[in-house]
Amino acid sequence: MAKQVLAESSTLRTSPLAHLGSKMEQGAVRGDRGVEVRELAFTTQIGLRAEPGSAAHAALASAVGGALPAGVGEVSGSVEGTAVLWLGPDEFLAVAPEGTELYSDLVAALGDEPGQVIDLSANRTVIELSGPMARDVLEKGCAADLHPRNFTPGSAINTVLGPVPLLLWKTQEQTFRLLPRASFADYTARWLLDAMTEYLSPEVD
Amino acid sequence: MMLIECPWCGPRNETEYGYGGEAHVAYPEDPHALTDDEWAKFLFYRKNTRGPLAERWVHSAGCRRWFNAIRDTTTYEFLAVYKPGTAQPISTTTAQAQGGTK
Repeated sequence: MAKQVLAESSTLRTSPLAHLGSKMEQGAVRGDRGVEVRELAFTTQIGLRAEPGSAAHAALASAVGGALPAGVGEVSGSVEGTAVLWLGPDEFLAVAPEGTELYSDLVAALGDEPGQVIDLSANRTVIELSGPMARDVLEKGCAADLHPRNFTPGSAINTVLGPVPLLLWKTQEQTFRLLPRASFADYTARWLLDAMTEYLSPEVD
Repeated sequence: MMLIECPWCGPRNETEYGYGGEAHVAYPEDPHALTDDEWAKFLFYRKNTRGPLAERWVHSAGCRRWFNAIRDTTTYEFLAVYKPGTAQPISTTTAQAQGGTK
């Protein structure tokens, strides 16, 4: 009789950019004009909806540790722990490292109040683009104002890169996190690698 | 490229937006009481204004919210944007839909 093998499901899963891992490593540019790209796979992502000022909003805010972002660009929480990104006036996305148990706490916090807590972890993947040239690479395909005077570390916007709608989150002065839908991840990573090749050779005067 | 101001997100590229036609077309109080002509007028007849027109737009690649805008149809200039439920900041012509009398 055939033997059934039950494996822990987490060992079977594949991240949307697993097949590009070595390409992304090889594509890294070092030095003054450096820029590199990598995937932060399997982050916990929870979609939240609650009308500001409502009891649900207050309950979710205290469950994520204080406050939900109040306006465009705002991110509450911390990059290393749980961060909450503003998607719309009553719509937020909590992002936390792999394995963070957030969902049940948030569901319990919301209770029966009108609102939404939904596990969206598989919806988007996180691509981290970092290096002195990171902003230049993004500006090749993103029309939003990414100048540091406007787009500061700790802010995130919903925008379009090339043809891809994504969440663009600036975590440090030269580090951006891009959250495209999983199905757009391959295209986005290849688009970035292509945009990065220019910086391999010295600047042309 | 044209920048359109979203009431929630600020100025963004036009490619992030979707167009929703003329704004402030009220849904009939009692649709069943309408004749076919009146229903057709509600569904399909619009002002086709030359000049400032109140329109609906959606920031589909951003906050995904609908809002209203007053746009000049000859110059494409956005004269004002405002959230749904708020009063129109600039008046536009109030002429009724033309045509349909043949």
